[in-house]
Amino acid sequence: MKNIQPDDTIICRCEDITRAEIDAWIDKGITTIDEMKRLSRATMGPCQGRTCRQLIMQEIALKTGKPISEIQLPTFRQPLRGITLGAIADMELDEEGQPREE
Amino acid sequence: MKNKAEVVIIGGGVVGCSIAYHLVKNGCKDVVILEKSHLASGSTGRCGAGVRQQWGTEMNCRLSTGSCRDLENMNEELEYDGDIEFHQGGYLLVAYTDHQVDQFRKNVQLQNSLGIASKFLTPQEAKEIVPHLNIEPLMAATFYQKDGHCNPFHVTQAFADAARRLGVEINTFTTVTGIKIENGAVKGVYTDQGEISTNIVVDAAGGYADQIAEMAGVKIPSYSERHQILVTEPVEAFQSCMVMSFHHSTYCQQSPQGSFIMGLGDFNEPHSHEIMSTWEFLKNMSDKITAMLPPLRYLRVVRQWAGLYHMTPDRTPILGSTNQCKGFEMALGFSGHGFMIAPMTGRLMAAHILGLDHPDLDILNTLNIDRFAKGNLFVEPSVV
Repeated sequence: MKNIQPDDTIICRCEDITRAEIDAWIDKGITTIDEMKRLSRATMGPCQGRTCRQLIMQEIALKTGKPISEIQLPTFRQPLRGITLGAIADMELDEEGQPREE
Repeated sequence: MKNKAEVVIIGGGVVGCSIAYHLVKNGCKDVVILEKSHLASGSTGRCGAGVRQQWGTEMNCRLSTGSCRDLENMNEELEYDGDIEFHQGGYLLVAYTDHQVDQFRKNVQLQNSLGIASKFLTPQEAKEIVPHLNIEPLMAATFYQKDGHCNPFHVTQAFADAARRLGVEINTFTTVTGIKIENGAVKGVYTDQGEISTNIVVDAAGGYADQIAEMAGVKIPSYSERHQILVTEPVEAFQSCMVMSFHHSTYCQQSPQGSFIMGLGDFNEPHSHEIMSTWEFLKNMSDKITAMLPPLRYLRVVRQWAGLYHMTPDRTPILGSTNQCKGFEMALGFSGHGFMIAPMTGRLMAAHILGLDHPDLDILNTLNIDRFAKGNLFVEPSVV
C-alpha cells in the first residue's frame, strides 16, 4: 500500500492540499489533525474534513508508525453540515437552547 | 527537555512565541517554552484573526501600530518559509448611538495624533466601502485602510520557527503542574515531563494565565470568558474590510480564502474556562449579522468554535513584573486582542526582562499590574 499513490494526489479536495504537502508538515513534526488543519488548511473547506480527515490520519500513522487510534482528533460540533445564516435566523430555539423541531 | 534555563515561558501561543523570539534575538541564550497542547492551540488559534489599530486608548494604539509594522515585514524579518497572509483591507467601525458617535470622534482624534490615519465617515460614505451594509439605523462610521486580517497559526509558527533556529527549546504536550518558589522568588517550574530550574518565569498562558499565576501565589485581577465564533463556506470576494459594531458587539470579516469569519461578545457570559459551542450563539449571531449585512443570509455556516478572552478590569493587558513574586513576569489579560499586539508585546517583554532600552518601554511600565492598586486604569472603550 505504502507507495501506490503519487505525491500529487489530492488529499483535501476542498482546499486542494496534496499528499506531498501533508507529508511535508508531518516531516516538520505535525502529528495531530488540529495542527495539520491550522497550518495546511486541510479539513477547513465546505465539507469540514469528511473526506480527508481519515486520509490524513492514515498518512500520519504511516509516516510516524503510530497506530491510528493514538492520533488526536479535532472536536466535533454542530452544525453537522452547512446551514445558511438565513435559515438559522429564521429558526426558533426551545427553552433548552436547542432548535425547535417542526 | 532541559533541566535548567535562563527564562521559562509558559504558553505556546503567539505571545509566548513572540517573547521567546525577541529574547534570543537580543542575546538571551537559554529560553524554554512550555505548552500543554500544540502551538496556537488556545486563544491564538481560536481568535478572529483581525488586526486593528483603531483603538480608544493611547496604549492600545501604540501597541497595535508597532505590531502592524512588524506584521508588514514579518515573512522577510523572520525568514518564514510559509506566508503569514497579512491582508490590509481595512476596518469599518459602525456607530448607532450619539454616545458611540462622540466616542468615535474622540477615538479618531487620538488615533490621528498617533499617526493612525483613520477617517470619520457618514453612513453614505460607509456604504461606498461596504455596499451591502444596512445603513438604515446607522449614524456614523470610522475607517482605517491599514487594519486587516492575518493568519494567527502562521504568525505563531513564524515566531516559533525563528526562535527554534536561534536555540529556543519548545516543549509541546508538556503541562506545567507547579512553580517552585523560595523566599518569594521563582526557582523553577514543575511539569509532567520533569522539573526545570530557572529564576524567571513568564506567564503567557492566555485563557489559563490565572491558573499559572495561582501556582506562583500571585493575585491578578483578570478572569477568563468564553467568546464564540463561526465561519462560512468560501465565496467570491465581495467584502473588502472588517465590519465591527460595538453596539451589537459583533465583528465580521471575509478572509483572504473567501470564507466569512464572525463573532460576538455576549454580556451574559459567566467568568469560566468553558469553551463549549452553543446553538444560542449561532442563533444570536445569525439574527444580528443578517440584519446588518443582509446578503450574508445566503451563506452556509460550516463550523463554529469558541475560545477564551482573558479580561482585565480596564480591558488592557498586564505586562511585566510584580512585587508579589520575584522573577514572575506577566504578559496576560489581553482581553480579546492579544494576537494583533503580540509582536510589540514580545519586543517590550524581551527588553524589560533583559534590562535593555526600548523607545516604547514606557508602555510596559504603564501597564504594570500595580496600576490597579493605584487606580491608574486605562479603560479601553472599544472592545467586542
